[in-house]
Amino acid sequence: MNKPVSRRSLLGKIGAAVAGVLAAPAAKAAKAVVQRVLVTAEAPKGYDPTQHKWVMAIDANRCIGCGFCAEACKKENHVPEGPYFRTWVERYIITKPKPGSSAARGETLVDCPNGGINGYPEAPVPKEDIQHSFFVPKLCNLCQHSPCTQVCPVGATFDAPDGAVLIDPTYCIGCGFCIQACPYGCRFLSPVTKTAEKCTLCYHRITRGLKPACVEVCPTQARIFGDLKHPVPDDPIQQFYQNNLVEALKPHLGTEPRVFYAGIDKEVR
Amino acid sequence: MTNELTNIVQVVMPHFEGYVYPNEATQQPLWGILIVLYPYITGLVAGAFIMASLVRVFNVKALEPVYRLSMLTAFAFLLCAPLPLLFHLGHPERCFEVMMTPHLTSPMAIFGFVYAWYLMAVLLLELWFDYRRDFVGWSESTSGFKGILYRLFTVGVTDVSEPAVQLDHKIGHILSVVGIPSAFLLHGYVGFIFGSVKANPWWGNALMPIIFIMSAMVSGIALCVFNYMVLSWIRRKTVDMKCLDVMGMYLFYALVMDTAIEGLDWIHRIYSAEEGFRVIQYMARVKLFYTLSLGQVAFGTLVPLILLGVLQLVRRRVPELQRRRMYFSSAMLILVGVLAMRWNVVIGGQLFSKSLRGIMSYKMEFAGLEGWFMGVVLLCLPFVILTVFVKLFLSEHDQR
Repeated sequence: MNKPVSRRSLLGKIGAAVAGVLAAPAAKAAKAVVQRVLVTAEAPKGYDPTQHKWVMAIDANRCIGCGFCAEACKKENHVPEGPYFRTWVERYIITKPKPGSSAARGETLVDCPNGGINGYPEAPVPKEDIQHSFFVPKLCNLCQHSPCTQVCPVGATFDAPDGAVLIDPTYCIGCGFCIQACPYGCRFLSPVTKTAEKCTLCYHRITRGLKPACVEVCPTQARIFGDLKHPVPDDPIQQFYQNNLVEALKPHLGTEPRVFYAGIDKEVR
Repeated sequence: MTNELTNIVQVVMPHFEGYVYPNEATQQPLWGILIVLYPYITGLVAGAFIMASLVRVFNVKALEPVYRLSMLTAFAFLLCAPLPLLFHLGHPERCFEVMMTPHLTSPMAIFGFVYAWYLMAVLLLELWFDYRRDFVGWSESTSGFKGILYRLFTVGVTDVSEPAVQLDHKIGHILSVVGIPSAFLLHGYVGFIFGSVKANPWWGNALMPIIFIMSAMVSGIALCVFNYMVLSWIRRKTVDMKCLDVMGMYLFYALVMDTAIEGLDWIHRIYSAEEGFRVIQYMARVKLFYTLSLGQVAFGTLVPLILLGVLQLVRRRVPELQRRRMYFSSAMLILVGVLAMRWNVVIGGQLFSKSLRGIMSYKMEFAGLEGWFMGVVLLCLPFVILTVFVKLFLSEHDQR
C-alpha cells in the first residue's frame, strides 16, 4: 500500500532537486541579464561588458601632484562641491629622524587639501628635514572581493562583469552602509542625489573607447589604464606590470584590490 | 573634549586633527544620532522580552507582576525600532526594496525579515494569546470606543472555555520559547551590522554581536525596573519588593556578564594592539572621555555594579526605601550607560579616519533629522505608545 505513495514522494523530491539544479543557473543568468541592463545604462547600445576587463594602475614615481586628475574628475562627473571626491591626490612627507633618536625615520605627515585640486601649501617642515616626499593618487581600488558591494542591502551597487564597481542611482536607498564598508574612503553620500557615489572609471567614456578623464589629463602618465581582455601592442598597462614590483593598499583586509601601485611607501594606506 | 560640550549650545565648525580622507571631512558623521538610537531601542526590545520570558519559560514566579508590563514595553519599543533607521535613509521611499529585493550577503538586508518575524510571529501573536481571554471579558464589560477596540482585538474568537484557555497558554509558551532565540537573533544581528565592517577597527569584531546581546539584556531589564517603579509611583501602588529584588538580581548578573565580555573585548584589543590600536587608544582616552570613561564605564557600569552587588550581599540589612532608591538609580544609570555605549560604538567608530591618521569632530545640531530634538522625540515616542498600551491593556487590579 505504501509503496506507490513513497515512490511518488520520491519522484517529487527528485523533481524538486532537478528543478533546483536547473533554477540555479537560470537565476544566475537572470542576474547577469539584470546587471547587463544596469551596466549598459550609461554605456552605448551594443556595448558588451563581458568582453572587457578594465583596470587602472598608479605609478606614484611619476606623480607630480598637479591635481589635474582630481579636478578633471569633478568636472567630468559633476561631483558636488565640498568634501566629495571620486579621486584625489595625497601628499606624503616623511621626515628625517631626530638626531640621536636612533629611529630609522621621523614622522609621516599626510595632507590633501581639497583633494589636491588647488595644489599644496608649503611643507610644514624645513626642506632639509625631509627624508622622502611623494604623491599618491587615490581612486576606487576595484576590489575583487569588494566589501562595499557585499554589504549593500538591496544590491544597488555591484561588480560589473567588465571590472568596474558601479552604483544604480535609481535603486540605491542611501543607507550609507557601503561608505562605511569601503576601507579606502572612496565613496560618499551625494548631497544632491542622496545616494552613494564613487569612481566609475568614467563609465560613460570607457564604454565609448575613451580613457577616464583623470587618465586623459595626467601630464606624466602616472595613471595607466587598460583592458586586460584586449591587450594592444606596447600596452602601457602590460608594460607597467612587466616593469614594476607592485603593491596594493591595505592588503591585510583581503579585499584584493585590482588597482596596483608602484613606487609607494609602507606608510601609504 | 570641550567641543562636545560647546556643541550643545553654540555652533562649532567641524575640525580635523591629522589626516582624514577627503570624503570623510564632512560636517557630520554619516551615521548620526538616529543610528545611535536604532540599536538602543532594538536592544531595549530584546532585553524586555527576555525579561518577560523569565516568567513564561523559566517559570520565575516572583516576576509575574512585571510580565505583562515587560511584554507591552517590548511591543511599544519594537514599533519604534525601525523608525530611526527609516528616517536616516537618503531615500526612505525605497525602503521596501530591502524586503522586496534583498541582497543576501548584506547584514542589513535581512533586518526587515528578522524584524517582521519578531513583530508578527513572536510578539504580536504571543501578546494576543496572552490577552485573548481578557479581550473577550473586557469586550463584554466595556462599552463605547474602548469596547469596540476590545471586540476588534478578539478577532471574533470568543471561546473562553477551559480547554481553549489551556491551548492559549500552551501556544503562548511555545511562542515564548521560540521568542528567546528570536530576540537574540534580532539584536545579535544588529551587532553584526557593525561587527561585519572590517574596514573599521573599532567595529569589525567577532564579539560585537555578543556584546550587543548582553548590553541589550542589561538595558532591557533596567528599562523594566524603571517602568515598573514609575508605573507603581503614578498609580500610588506599593512596589512588590520580592519582584523588585529578583529583577535586581537578574540585572546584576546580566551586568556582570556584560562587563566581563566588554572587558574581554578591551583586553584583547589592548593586548593584540593591532594596526588601528593607536587611534582607538586616543579615541578612548581623549575623544570619548565623557561618554566612554565616565558615561559608559564609571557611571553606566561600575556604580550600578557596586550598588546592585552590595544589595546581593546585604539585601536584608538595607531598609526597603533605601533598596528601592538603589534599584531605581541603578536602572537609570544603566539606561544612560547603555545609551552611551551605543553612542561610543556608532559615533566613536566614525570619529577617526579610516586612514588611521586623523580624528574628526562631531557637531550635533539641535534641529534637523540628526539633531537633539529629533533624538529626544524618538526616545519619548515609545514611552507615549507604552502609556496608551498601559491604559488599554494593564488595569490597576490586573498588574500581574
